Amino acid sequence: MVEQVAHMMVHGEAWTVKELFVLPNEYVYWSIQIVLYPYMTGLVAGAFVLSSLYHVFGVEKLKEIARFALVFSFALLPVAMMPLLLHLQQPFRGIHVMMTPHFTSAISAFGIVFMTYACIVGSEIWFVYRQFIVESINRLEKKERRGIENMLLPIYKVVSLGARDLSPEALKADHKAVKFLAGLGIPVACFLHGYAGFIFGSVKANALWMTPLMPVIFIMSAVVSGIALCILCYAIFMGLRRWALPRGKTHFLPDHWAGATELTPEGLHSMQDYETKMTSKYLLIFMTLAITLELLDIIFRGYTAVRSWDIVREVIYQRDFFKIFVLQYGFGNALPFIMLLLPGLTTRRACVACVLVLFGVLMMRWNVVIGGQAFSLTFDGFMEYHLPIIPYDMETFKEGLGGALLVAVTPFVIFYFINMIFPAFITDDKAH
Amino acid sequence: MKGHVWRPLYVVIGIVVLLLLFRFFYVPDDFGIQKQGYTFGFHRLSNEQEWKDFPAKYKGTEYCNECHDDKVASISASQHEMIPCEDCHGPARNHPEDPEKLVVNRSRELCIRCHSKLYMPSSGRSDIPGIDPGTHNTGMECAECHNPHNPSLEDM
Amino acid sequence: MKRRDFLKSTAVFVAGASVSLSALELVDPKEVLASRPELRWGFLVDTHKCVGCGMCVKACKLENDIPYDANVTRTWVERYAMMKNGEVIKDSPKGARDGFTSKLVDQGEAGTRLLRDKDIAQAFFVPKLCNHCTLPACVQVCPVGATYKTADGVVLVDRKWCIGCGYCIMGCPYGVRFFHPVVHTADKCTFCYHRISKGGNTACAQACPFGARTIGNLRDPNDPVAKAVLNERVGILRAEYGTKPNVYYIGLNKEVH
Repeated sequence: MVEQVAHMMVHGEAWTVKELFVLPNEYVYWSIQIVLYPYMTGLVAGAFVLSSLYHVFGVEKLKEIARFALVFSFALLPVAMMPLLLHLQQPFRGIHVMMTPHFTSAISAFGIVFMTYACIVGSEIWFVYRQFIVESINRLEKKERRGIENMLLPIYKVVSLGARDLSPEALKADHKAVKFLAGLGIPVACFLHGYAGFIFGSVKANALWMTPLMPVIFIMSAVVSGIALCILCYAIFMGLRRWALPRGKTHFLPDHWAGATELTPEGLHSMQDYETKMTSKYLLIFMTLAITLELLDIIFRGYTAVRSWDIVREVIYQRDFFKIFVLQYGFGNALPFIMLLLPGLTTRRACVACVLVLFGVLMMRWNVVIGGQAFSLTFDGFMEYHLPIIPYDMETFKEGLGGALLVAVTPFVIFYFINMIFPAFITDDKAH
Repeated sequence: MKGHVWRPLYVVIGIVVLLLLFRFFYVPDDFGIQKQGYTFGFHRLSNEQEWKDFPAKYKGTEYCNECHDDKVASISASQHEMIPCEDCHGPARNHPEDPEKLVVNRSRELCIRCHSKLYMPSSGRSDIPGIDPGTHNTGMECAECHNPHNPSLEDM
Repeated sequence: MKRRDFLKSTAVFVAGASVSLSALELVDPKEVLASRPELRWGFLVDTHKCVGCGMCVKACKLENDIPYDANVTRTWVERYAMMKNGEVIKDSPKGARDGFTSKLVDQGEAGTRLLRDKDIAQAFFVPKLCNHCTLPACVQVCPVGATYKTADGVVLVDRKWCIGCGYCIMGCPYGVRFFHPVVHTADKCTFCYHRISKGGNTACAQACPFGARTIGNLRDPNDPVAKAVLNERVGILRAEYGTKPNVYYIGLNKEVH
């Protein structure tokens, strides 16, 4: 290879601006997709924990939202993997994580923990919806099927795994299995997300990331964001359904449209006040824990003030001050905290608070992932990350705004189609 | 417990078996834990040989000396005796077959790598005769006055 | 070291010491390698000798097919200037691929800064490369076993197995790793494994006119590098990370890390 005339961009160069003394190979290698990765896994884990509140701890009032949270968690699941694949330089070799896992690496656990978790959530949904599925098979087999119902029947038959027994004992067994899986799922969900925190917390080369608190902080903020997303989406979807049905806009009701459920206007209720209050209470508890841990981390760093503190302090209190203290703690934590605490909580106010909470957790991921790369290994220089907005090649799309939006939209698309098979909003006692 | 409860488990076992089967065919035979143990030595063994087979481009002054012993002798007698041929003439690669001719770098940029005067106390740079490239015969190539194989002007 | 190996290496040492120094240089490196029972590659950098010409960086890039104009490099040279007022100024423009030829210090986005001779208390160059650590953090964090340590102590990357997750780049405390812009896998210094395993020298050490860089076998008591590590005051970089680097430096200063 002779001297090349054209300048060759290296990975990270497109969005990294260096200042003062930064080593030649240093760039913001982990960008927006790695911000989204713990964010999405957090949402998965949080939604699952919310659903388990009903299934394991028997919080009866959360029955409806719990079923929604479970199906939504399942829809989010494949998306937790997406940012990782989009960020890999060799995405087609992603399977190597499963083929030759090197367990001294935090990432290698991903394949196994993720698959285990997917199996648990999948099985739980199977048990929750088995009665519904078998009844649907019976119903569809009898009636004259139209259009998409012809496709639905074989899908149901495969999904039912041939278990069509609806005797009381069989249903009781389903119930027991759901409880067991939901219980098993909580530690696995925490592990799934805790190790995402471990991925960062165990990097000894990174002064901002390396703290044993990282996994715990990640789990807490995961539950916070998961609950917030469930409240928000549940309220919005319920409103949407109530709006769509009388107007005959059935494509907004995938379950009805596909023939999975027969909907009547009376059967659709809006989000109940007690549901809003109850879930908000859990949200507040986990928010308090998350904020406490995050503040503890900052206080501890300032107090111990090891060699890296000089530069970490400059990043936290000066360069990223707006992002950390205004956007993350101010708008993302303090404001929604007050909004949820004030008496007379309405669903609408809860939803606004949830939007802020979701934004706050996203900013927290951003400030950890990007903030950790905002300074050089030499502690003598800074790197600034500029999110590529308009892509001009594959890389700036994948690791830019486009890729981020793709990841954000996908769970809703998946949720739409999953609803055709596992309707998340059925209100009768067809499911647990 | 009813028998149907285990059906999801059978599906999971099926997936695991399929994955293991795929792994059996996909992972190279020599992939495994080598001498350094699992933490530092878990790899595909044949990759070591692949790196050993990487083609070398720089051949060293001894290689040049096989044909150009006169040139090597001339520079060896000068103040530039420590500079390897390939620093200025470029990597030999498979010369004289490929490339047939090496392009010598005569640019000022090459010379000022050492001879641009920088104040570097506690460094070997201070011991090298230096000039200010911004004022010293700008626009000329150094080799017009200084013979790289015998750079001292007094000897010319 | 086993007793037998010790006797063997002692024999090599005695044999080596009994012949004159010039005669020793004529020994075929391959033969010497074959007679060594144990091999552990190590590297010695003498910062006093480095003049910041950057020929090592250029040679490394050409030797190892690292695109010449890409802003990544397997080895680089840093300039340190300690000012009389206590300020420390550092730079490494393009990794010193074109050497240090200017008194202007590269500060990235902050522009350049002129070093005035009369303000400088001391100034020197420090070449950097992969430390081929005894306990490499980068290898520990690789999720697929694509990077590893060979039995003779060189850390390599399997370009056919690397998934390009970047965890090793994040895990390295020395910033020696990067994504190869053509191969699209993690890349790093190999100690020129293709050269040293055939008895040759690394491209950077060979290109250095001043002998600032040397590679050698740390297990061979007769090896110049091993001798220097044993008998001279050498330092290593960022010992606090516990990775036990195998690149040793003569003339380190507290500002260098």
